[in-house]
Amino acid sequence: MEKSIIIAGYGGQGVLFFGTTLAQAAMIEGKNTTWIPSYGAEMRGGHANCSVKISDNEIASPIIDNADYGIFLNDKAMEKFEKTMAKGALVIGNSSIIEKSPSRDDVNYLMVKLGDCAQGIEGGLLNIVTFGYFVNKTQIIKKESALSALEFVSKKKNPAFLKRNIDSFEAGYKL
Amino acid sequence: MSKILMKGNEAIAQAAINAGCQCYFGYPITPQNEIGEYMSSKMIEIGRTYISAESELAAVNMLIGAGSTGTLAMTSSSSCAIALMQEAISSMATAEIPGVIISVMRAGPGLGDITPSQADYFQSVKGGGNGDYRTIVLAPSTISEAVLLTQKSFYLAMKYRNPTMLLADGILGQMMEPVEMPEGNAFSTVNTDEWALDGTGEGAQKRDGRSLMSLHMGDDILERLNHRIFKKYAQIEEKEVMYENYLCDDADIIITAFGTVARVAKSAVNAAREKGIKVGLFRPITLWPFPSKELFATAKNKKCVLDIELNMGQMIQDVKIALNGSVPVEFFGKTGGAIINSSEIYNKILELSKEKQYGTNLAASI
Repeated sequence: MEKSIIIAGYGGQGVLFFGTTLAQAAMIEGKNTTWIPSYGAEMRGGHANCSVKISDNEIASPIIDNADYGIFLNDKAMEKFEKTMAKGALVIGNSSIIEKSPSRDDVNYLMVKLGDCAQGIEGGLLNIVTFGYFVNKTQIIKKESALSALEFVSKKKNPAFLKRNIDSFEAGYKL
Repeated sequence: MSKILMKGNEAIAQAAINAGCQCYFGYPITPQNEIGEYMSSKMIEIGRTYISAESELAAVNMLIGAGSTGTLAMTSSSSCAIALMQEAISSMATAEIPGVIISVMRAGPGLGDITPSQADYFQSVKGGGNGDYRTIVLAPSTISEAVLLTQKSFYLAMKYRNPTMLLADGILGQMMEPVEMPEGNAFSTVNTDEWALDGTGEGAQKRDGRSLMSLHMGDDILERLNHRIFKKYAQIEEKEVMYENYLCDDADIIITAFGTVARVAKSAVNAAREKGIKVGLFRPITLWPFPSKELFATAKNKKCVLDIELNMGQMIQDVKIALNGSVPVEFFGKTGGAIINSSEIYNKILELSKEKQYGTNLAASI
């Protein structure tokens, strides 16, 4: 079964890192996966998004037509991608800053104060809190794979952040 | 071999290193910057040459220098900057100097936009440089294939002493997927002793000097040279054609597409097949030499060929030449950096099969 996930928010909120960690976890489980970033003029405070596909079979198109999961960290993300979600899709929204109300009847919403949760942890990271929450709610990948991926990706990028990543993930997972 | 999650650009760079690329010359441009970035650290770590050139012109002329000594070398760039390299590519072709050029297309014309595109089919395949020449052009559609074809580019460049281009688009360069990276070179090393400008030697080994020229003046010198080189091109056309044939045997409609778009089309083919619509995909992997005979044979007695590209219609000209009027050809494309998704291709297939009656299985097609 092929699953498609769009992760969107402000540049600097870590949506691309979320996506690469998710793709890494899927690969650890032996699944096929693709990751496409929005690239170019994005910058901190601008808009960023990435598309991830996960499948047991070969992934032909890496382009998402209508996503099964939408992870939206700000209003702009909701505005831009809510309308393109597949019927029956799940949207996880960061209600700490999203003011817009869900507008589709054929999509399921989990509007959660993810930002507040991240701020409650020492060195809390919004994207990884959200990643933990997403993994728990969807079980699209196993928790162990998510943690291994987080360790791998953190070590590659900056080992000093590993503890913050793990703490954030666990907090989100328990939410 | 275990898989690693890699960006297309980085995978291309690592594949080049593993193929034995000794020199990289480049100047930054999106969406291929990760190639130069990756090379800037990895090449130096292993004692090879990385030069951040002052311009694309400088980079491609460094490629001529390295190639003329029989050294495996490459440059990488994108659309408007590949345009700057055309004069040198034409010179390489006539002087028979090998070199690999990675082209990661963005939208044009002009400086255009950094978004993905396939609008440089003409530029790559038909050549933006002057004179009678051909560039070998390979078009991968997945990152694993990009790895293999990068290595093959070095092999073909050396084997035929010709500039060889790997033509990718911004999506392939920027996306990540798990990839198997061969540790060494998947292709054999080509001997360059007979022609490379590698010094005249000393003592008993001393030999006469050689030259590799782009200027050929005098009675019929250039004419004879061009005929000789075109015999080489005929060999390449005979031996090096690559393509993929996906579910074409029983198809009514054959889609032609290359690179990332072919991947997207494959999803649409699968979706249409689930509805009982008989569609197949013919994907040229070598854009030059174009798989003309193979496409003609594949499309024989089919109802229609649907060409799909991220441009306003470029490869379609080669598709039509290959088909030589034997099958009607339809087109679907997008330009200016807009992306085609699989639903759009699926809808186009439906339209062709219902409204234009190109499908035999209409009852099944909704």
